[in-house]
Amino acid sequence: MLKVQDLYASYGAITALHGVSLEIAEGEIVALLGVNGAGKSTTLKSITGVLRPVKGSITFLGEEIANRSPESTVKKGISLVPEGRDIFGSLTVEENLRLGAYANYERARYKTDLEEMFQLFPILKERFHQAGGLLSGGEQQMLAIARALMSRPKLLMLDEPSLGLSPAMTDQIFDLISGLHQRGTTILLVEQNAERALEIVDRAYLLATGSLEFSGTPDELKRKVDIASVYLGGDDNDHCEVHL
Amino acid sequence: MIDLEFIINTVSLGSLYALLSLGLVFVYGILKLVNFAYGEYIMVAGYAMHVIGQNRGIPWYVTMAVAVLFAAVVSYGTELVAFRPVRTKSLTAMLVTSFAVSVFLQNVVLITISPRARAVPLPAFFSQTLTLGTATIPVRNLVIIGTTIVLLIGLTFVMKRTVLGIAMRAAADKFTTTRLMGVPANLVISATFIISGLLAGVVAIFWVGRSASVDPLIGAAPLLIAFIATVMGGMHSQIGAVIGGFVYGLLFNILSIMLPATMISYRDAFMFVIVILFLLFRPEGIWRGGYTEERVG
Repeated sequence: MLKVQDLYASYGAITALHGVSLEIAEGEIVALLGVNGAGKSTTLKSITGVLRPVKGSITFLGEEIANRSPESTVKKGISLVPEGRDIFGSLTVEENLRLGAYANYERARYKTDLEEMFQLFPILKERFHQAGGLLSGGEQQMLAIARALMSRPKLLMLDEPSLGLSPAMTDQIFDLISGLHQRGTTILLVEQNAERALEIVDRAYLLATGSLEFSGTPDELKRKVDIASVYLGGDDNDHCEVHL
Repeated sequence: MIDLEFIINTVSLGSLYALLSLGLVFVYGILKLVNFAYGEYIMVAGYAMHVIGQNRGIPWYVTMAVAVLFAAVVSYGTELVAFRPVRTKSLTAMLVTSFAVSVFLQNVVLITISPRARAVPLPAFFSQTLTLGTATIPVRNLVIIGTTIVLLIGLTFVMKRTVLGIAMRAAADKFTTTRLMGVPANLVISATFIISGLLAGVVAIFWVGRSASVDPLIGAAPLLIAFIATVMGGMHSQIGAVIGGFVYGLLFNILSIMLPATMISYRDAFMFVIVILFLLFRPEGIWRGGYTEERVG
């Protein structure tokens, strides 16, 4: 479904990605792991078109999408739940969801989509007319996910959904992501919380300093990589030891 | 001193300044750019009224409507031609561009029309007064208040109830995230320039209406007032701009009646002192909060 090949991306003179390649098939749930600064968010930014890649190709459903604008990639069916939620704080929950549906809006199904979100996230129905900024961290994360789902994405990408959430709320969010996958949504999950992410994904990629360090099933990854070093960052923040 | 006449005239002046500031803040909200060409949108609307007004057969309301639309078209045109190419560059590049647009538009009318002031024909009610009890009130001032009420209600509706309005509010808060929703950047930015131009056009009718004439530099004073009013009211929200406009009008009229005759010509200096006090003690303006400072990139 999504194929990233030999992707290079940079912020000015600093190269953040050195030839990253990854692939996601329809219906899969894949994790992209790594410590801070490994290039996870940069990869997502390149896929959504927020960042123009220097080199490399990104194809989605057989179509080249590298160098497309963010507004066109979401219309194609890629939806991002941004890092730090990034909900519109001064807009109501209702308005946040309405904008989420902007890309592929159809009047006839808007109401049903909303009802579906209320079933997934009952709290959003209660808070429907409140400003997004007044919601708690966990509620904001739910709103961000619901907002992304309103565009009926073919591929849902989540950037650090557990960041800054309580353990209980993290469990809830991971259960939810798992549930979305079981309903047939293709998911790319970016996480620092590797241990937790590996419990729910089919496959995982491990990034370190802008290159792929490892890819495989969670079991393979657990066997070959010291997860604690990925999760906690270890002594040196850029590399995790691979025991081959 | 504070009688009905004072109140109506102050509300009227405040209304005009509120519309003026609002037009400036609309663009600032999205692009974080103080558009120094904003005064020129007022000027071109004035010249549109001058040119169309030559033809006596055209009714005044058609002249005014065309002038307002013309200001919006010019505003949109400057966005397309001048601001869009430098949008992803530095904020300084945008600022310099806005000065360039301002100078360019001034010189266009200077060369093609005249450096000297030109008459703008206005309907008779613009110079009539109304007597309410002991108060003598220019009809024009009542029209300004009415127009402002209608426009503020209309804009509130657009911003709260239409998808474009919601997208514009979202974009003022988080521009990139708004694009990730599928909202085209160009659409939002063009819409803000068009609304800004429409407001400048409406302001132009009343601004030009005071002297019934227009000259190439007529935009400078309203730009300055809009800038000062938004600094006082708060640059980060449209509510702040409206409050700033009314506060400016109130302070200005209070100074006008309080200052002795010999000092009245220093009125502007007193206004600047007030602005400096604001910058020192409440730099965020009267109305705090509003949107963040993320730039379009």
